[in-house]
Amino acid sequence: MEILSDAFAWLNDPLNWTGRNGVIALTAAHLQVTLLAVLLAAVVALPAGVWLGHARRGGTLGVVVANTTRALPTLALLTLFASAGLFGNTATVLACAIFAIPPLLTNTVTGLGDVDRDIVDAARGLGMSGRRRLVEIELPLAVPLIAAGVRTAVVQVLATVPLAALVGGTSLGTIVVTGFGTQRYGQVLAGGILVAGLCLVAEGLLAIVQRLLTPRGLRESSRPARGWRRQRSPGVPVAATASSSSNGPAPTR
Amino acid sequence: MRLADTPPNPWFSWDYVQRNHADITEALGQHVSLTLQAVAIALLLALPLAALAHTRPRLAAPVVGAAGVMYTIPSLALFALLAPYTGIGRTTVLIGLVAYALLVLIRNILVGLQGVDPAVTDAARGMGYGRTRMLVQVELPQALPSIVAGVRVATVTTVALVTVGVVVGFGGLGQLMFRGFRSNYHAEIMTATILCLVLALIADLAIVTIARWMMPWSRSRILSDVSA
Repeated sequence: MEILSDAFAWLNDPLNWTGRNGVIALTAAHLQVTLLAVLLAAVVALPAGVWLGHARRGGTLGVVVANTTRALPTLALLTLFASAGLFGNTATVLACAIFAIPPLLTNTVTGLGDVDRDIVDAARGLGMSGRRRLVEIELPLAVPLIAAGVRTAVVQVLATVPLAALVGGTSLGTIVVTGFGTQRYGQVLAGGILVAGLCLVAEGLLAIVQRLLTPRGLRESSRPARGWRRQRSPGVPVAATASSSSNGPAPTR
Repeated sequence: MRLADTPPNPWFSWDYVQRNHADITEALGQHVSLTLQAVAIALLLALPLAALAHTRPRLAAPVVGAAGVMYTIPSLALFALLAPYTGIGRTTVLIGLVAYALLVLIRNILVGLQGVDPAVTDAARGMGYGRTRMLVQVELPQALPSIVAGVRVATVTTVALVTVGVVVGFGGLGQLMFRGFRSNYHAEIMTATILCLVLALIADLAIVTIARWMMPWSRSRILSDVSA
């Protein structure tokens, strides 16, 4: 328990908050790296995901690629980039951006690809062009999943940035890594609390944003679907996809 | 220090692999055993938790919420929070890995259970299935595709995450990466990276193969989808 009081002593020391390596400056650096990484990833992943999902082609390929990237350890990318000469936060941004692509890509592809074919057919029957179908039908229906992807990506990057402290990047992780290096476990714990707190706050805020972004029709229909005794409400997209989506079982037919 | 005439530092070197064979094998073994153990423990914990959350919908939010909070805590921070108490070593890494795999699994199992066609559960209820029997004999088998998807993601993520264990000295292939970074030995980093990727790929393929064998109906569904 001594460590815990050490941690709070560290957090209570104003000197640890101000200055070039203070908590405030490190948090700012942390957020900046995160923002850059997610933006970079979104620029690559969102258009690609929209294209793949809309064409309903190569969806599996996209997911396989995303899965393989998931297998790539961040530490590997960080050490690779850092020893290739990209020191500091450039390596961090690049590595985290690559890490953020899978959730964005997969969620966009599945979000668009899982839109009920009947709905798309109906839109086609109404004479909608491919682009109009995409913008007015498929994207709004996919928004919850895409937003979830963005949220996952942001939180994942926020959680990954601290690792960069191992290869010389500056972020809140610096506190933890320095603490481990100097065997001050109070500081390690304090850094851990700060990093965890940042991620939890971000996750909470983004959950609210995701909810606000979700079209109202989808928002309401998702609620009864939570209980195990789901009722079918005709005409609501979520219930309609449940019968034909790829992970809905239905083995005997 | 960078000199023009430094000895070559290639990214790929078979020579390195041959010379450090024992070292690499040891790191790989540590990596594999940590991954298998973590996923197995996580699955054993996740199945009852998800089933509980499913049968008692009121518990769903707290269970998923708690797992979500665990998942949101970054690996470095989690190891930092655990290390002072569980020590520098294998246990700390294992606890962290299980915590992360847990959320993926619970979420997927829950989604699978909730996605079961109500007509099927209605039929089972009409045939006099009790809650437990329905869960074990009807809902869980129906949720298998989703569960398998969860296990795949959990395994692949765990393979990558083991490397972070380097902060407490138990990072499997991560040890090689970090050592390579410290001594600026490119081949060491690259070899460990490639091994990580190959390991994840093999694990993923193995799970898919097992899943196909476990779920003959999904095979036939793929066929019928093609013919439709």
